[in-house]
Amino acid sequence: MPDEGRALGDGVQHCNEETLIRRIRDGERDLFYELIRPYERRVYATAFAILRNESDAEDAAQEAMLKAFKHIGQFRGEAKFSTWLIQITLNEARMRKRKEHVHMMEPIVERQDEEGNYIPRDFADWREIPSETLERKEVRERLAQALSSLGEKYREVFVLRDMHHLSIEETARTLGISTASVKTRLLRARLMLRDLLSPGLDANWSSKLSFAKGTKPW
Amino acid sequence: MVIRCEEVWREISNYLEDEVDPALRATMEEHFRGCKHCTAVLDGTRNVIQLYGDERMIEVPLGFSHRLHHRLENNMHGGRRSFLGWMVAAAAAVLTAGAVELASSASRSREPRSEHAQPGAGVPPEMMVVVSEKGKTFHVPTCTFIHDRTNLRTLAAREAMQEGYVPCIRCMKQYLKS
Repeated sequence: MPDEGRALGDGVQHCNEETLIRRIRDGERDLFYELIRPYERRVYATAFAILRNESDAEDAAQEAMLKAFKHIGQFRGEAKFSTWLIQITLNEARMRKRKEHVHMMEPIVERQDEEGNYIPRDFADWREIPSETLERKEVRERLAQALSSLGEKYREVFVLRDMHHLSIEETARTLGISTASVKTRLLRARLMLRDLLSPGLDANWSSKLSFAKGTKPW
Repeated sequence: MVIRCEEVWREISNYLEDEVDPALRATMEEHFRGCKHCTAVLDGTRNVIQLYGDERMIEVPLGFSHRLHHRLENNMHGGRRSFLGWMVAAAAAVLTAGAVELASSASRSREPRSEHAQPGAGVPPEMMVVVSEKGKTFHVPTCTFIHDRTNLRTLAAREAMQEGYVPCIRCMKQYLKS
């Protein structure tokens, strides 16, 4: 059901975007702000998923949006504008990362073979974590930290699919990989995050935060 | 039908995406009823998806939007120019447009850079790819078969093909005819 709602919303948004893009091409350049406004956060989050540094991510996000503006004439509407924008952002962030040789600091999980099955490490029972816990900064920070510790190829897929809600096909197209690879990486990313955040595995992290003694953040 | 835990873990993501067939779904559900471990993995994975999918998980630094608009403003309008400045800029734009048109009309007719080229018709034209000046092929940025990474340029696949670049047979494999 939520997907249907999203699809209808997407349709309306798509029509508005087409009009906006046409008017921007015709010279109403200031409308570009309106076009990108819904995606500012996604663009930043995409850059951050690669660069894992606030100021680098902000700079890459700005540069990506400038490139999108400069090349808006080349956008043919075969993909959604948001997908095109995210693709430009990914390339910008990857380029910067290569230049700065940040890959030297990639986590070990990056080198794992994605073909082999991932075996969950923890089987503690999870009760449902209410989304209200996200109001707490320390919970959001903990989740962001766990995501940062994944290898880049898992982070990219997870961010596009589970945070930006792109479809499997859109994620594959944006990253230039097959849908089968998206599914494999997504499974691994989700299981790794579950292990990293599992209440039974790491008794230390919650005690470092300001939670009541012996209580998990959720 | 009986299913092993390892198989359940392999399909758990597809199960949550509702991408397993009804028979497998029924088998997995039967398994979950009797296996605490797999139920824990299922609940945890579902929680991960729900938590990270929440809008609140995407935070931007304070003032991000303001700084972005400021930078766009500077680049769109080049700050506050004088009338003379606008005239010079307009003249330069006309000259540049002419040069770009000349360059692009030259590149449109360019032959493929490799005689072993595979037709790139299946490659999505707007997909962003990278090329190097001396290379013959275009790649996805993560391709491990890029030989010269020092002078890479990003452009749309369509533009790369117009310039005579051909798809890398490894990273573009899925779009090429076998």
